[in-house]
Amino acid sequence: MNDGETLMRKVDLSVTPLRDLNQDLHRQSSGANEKNWEVLNPMGFHAIAVGVDAPIEIDIRGSVGYYCAGMNKQATITVHGSAGPGVAENMMSGKVRITGDASQYAGATGRGGLLVIDGNAASRCGVSMKGIDIVVKGNIGHMSAFMAQSGHLVVLGDAGDALGDSIYEAKLFVRGSVKSLGADCIEKEMRPEHHDELGKLLETAGVSDVKTSEFKRYGSARKLYSFNIDNADAY
Amino acid sequence: MTYHNPPTTPRKSATFDDYALSEIRRAAHTGIYDIRGGGAKRRVPHFDDLLFLGASISRYPLEGYREKCTTSVTLGTRFAKKPIELKIPITIAGMSFGALSANAKEALGRGASIAGTSTTTGDGGMTPEERGQSKTLVYQYLPSRYGMNPDDLRKADAIEVVVGQGAKPGGGGMLLGQKISDRVAEMRNLPKGIDQRSACRHPDWTGPDDLEIKIQEIREITDWEKPIYVKIGGTRPYYDAALAVKAGADVIVLDGMQGGTAATQEVFIEHVGLPTLACIRPAVQALQDLGMHRKVQLIVSGGIRNGADVAKALALGADAVAIGIAALAALGDNDPAHEADYQALGTTAGAYDDWHEGKDPVGITTQDPELMSRLDPVRGGRRLANYLKVMALEVQTIARACGHNHIHNLEPEDLVALTVESAAMARVPLAGTSWIPGQGQGGF
Ligand SMILES: Cc1cc2nc3c(=O)[nH]c(=O)nc-3n(C[C@H](O)[C@H](O)[C@H](O)COP(=O)(O)O)c2cc1C
Repeated sequence: MNDGETLMRKVDLSVTPLRDLNQDLHRQSSGANEKNWEVLNPMGFHAIAVGVDAPIEIDIRGSVGYYCAGMNKQATITVHGSAGPGVAENMMSGKVRITGDASQYAGATGRGGLLVIDGNAASRCGVSMKGIDIVVKGNIGHMSAFMAQSGHLVVLGDAGDALGDSIYEAKLFVRGSVKSLGADCIEKEMRPEHHDELGKLLETAGVSDVKTSEFKRYGSARKLYSFNIDNADAY
Repeated sequence: MTYHNPPTTPRKSATFDDYALSEIRRAAHTGIYDIRGGGAKRRVPHFDDLLFLGASISRYPLEGYREKCTTSVTLGTRFAKKPIELKIPITIAGMSFGALSANAKEALGRGASIAGTSTTTGDGGMTPEERGQSKTLVYQYLPSRYGMNPDDLRKADAIEVVVGQGAKPGGGGMLLGQKISDRVAEMRNLPKGIDQRSACRHPDWTGPDDLEIKIQEIREITDWEKPIYVKIGGTRPYYDAALAVKAGADVIVLDGMQGGTAATQEVFIEHVGLPTLACIRPAVQALQDLGMHRKVQLIVSGGIRNGADVAKALALGADAVAIGIAALAALGDNDPAHEADYQALGTTAGAYDDWHEGKDPVGITTQDPELMSRLDPVRGGRRLANYLKVMALEVQTIARACGHNHIHNLEPEDLVALTVESAAMARVPLAGTSWIPGQGQGGF
């Protein structure tokens, strides 16, 4: 094998127990030479490739159950299929891509890194997000970005009811329609810096066929940051 | 000529008592509900309503200071590769950094470590002070996920998935702006100085079937090494304990309504949830029905103050207990030595509960650097360790008197109740009778 060439590890989950796969992935460190992993027959298992902390690439061939890529750090994980609830929950860094659709709570509480969903995401996408960037090429369901603290949620399609309810400092960009905004979430002006920010996000997510001018920005009105009895009707 | 009615003694209403009236005036004046720390202050049936029988002709006692009476407990034997070993069955409950100062968290870690027991993080994440000083640290996995990250998850000795808390079952957390210092704001990833609400529900699971998958994920992330606890507020203890077992918990933490909180609505603290005494037997029953008693360990909390309370909780079937308010009291909370300070805050030692305001004169429930510096973590840790050791000695004293060489051999048959209510809740006979009210009715 030549210098610089890396090994490809294939793990077939119809043979190898999930626990062994995750433990093997946890043994990879920054200097590991098994940089490329392919996971076959995921069969909708839960918790595939969770808690990885190494700059490795993992391709999962098929659909996954709950919490795939949970708490990911550094790794680039691609699900060639659809993902169940809580994909990339609490992700710290790295990149997770779903070529199909994602179920509820995609990217929940994520702290960093990039989550790209080529299809649609169901309800509560980006719930309680804390720094993650999420790009959804399709639509997102209701109550997305609920209590979202920081990071970006970019939606090329439409958003469902109560977008950004009780949102803190996260920034939301939606290209299509928004069925309704949640408490304390308002449309905000797209200033030049927002076009820049959004442009970079689209670029890293590999989206080249849309313009930033097609998006609207939403964020917090910051009216509910301190409890005030006169706001009680808003809750 | 004037006619005088015979004078009657001014009479206050038992219903509209001074407290109820002051609360009406307070609400009318401020337009907001009362928020405070601590647990339920009203009297509810509690461990004081139970008595131990001690040895007699049919049972012989063990000699104090001579015959062995073991206090150690192992938690997390069901699935975890590395169960927790504690020297005493009294743990320190989860209390958040943010609600508590860094010095207080450090003191709790120090005290617990000296006494050979565990301490627990809280809403707000793990601090290096706490990890550094805690031999055994339980890391809470809360709905807010403030500060949650895989590195701290791996640094923990056990992980506690918090579903609820006795002071506010069904409620989320509250940390008001005054206490959001730069450090607290950064750990929670929120702007400084705003009122923070912690979610009441987990963001990425609902219901027992999801919980099972969530626990599986946490086990996968931590390579099945660490015990997973599930903490529930006392509401439906039979079903919640059964569902926690089904979801794969190694340990159940069950917190009754007297359990403390850092800040919640008074109406919540006083009116939602079951007394600790009413929670234990149904939970133990669930474990027994599933053949899991002592296999999934049960930690009980909410109003534990002394060794007698611990012994009674164990006799009713708990494996260990947890303390919150009592641990803070051991550090100096509400000490009359600070009466002048408490008076200045409009309260008195023993009644101070505005922990959310961050003005604690003892330096425990504050983020103010000056106030916090009043709490020496080394001295505080020493005091907590003393207190924990006294409680363990008290449990041993009672266990020996009842003839047991391990505190886990304490059993309901060692107990009687002083009131009909406590007899029904604890399912032990009313003192001097063989009557256990409510038996045979079934249901929870
Ligand atoms: C100041 C304070 C902060 C608390 N913070 C948390 C928390 O972050 N998470 C949690 O599960 N429980 C929290 N609790 C509840 C305790 O973990 C525990 O359930 C309760 O204090 C036990 O009852 P006791 O105070 O009567 O001993 C807190 C309690 C107090 C007093």
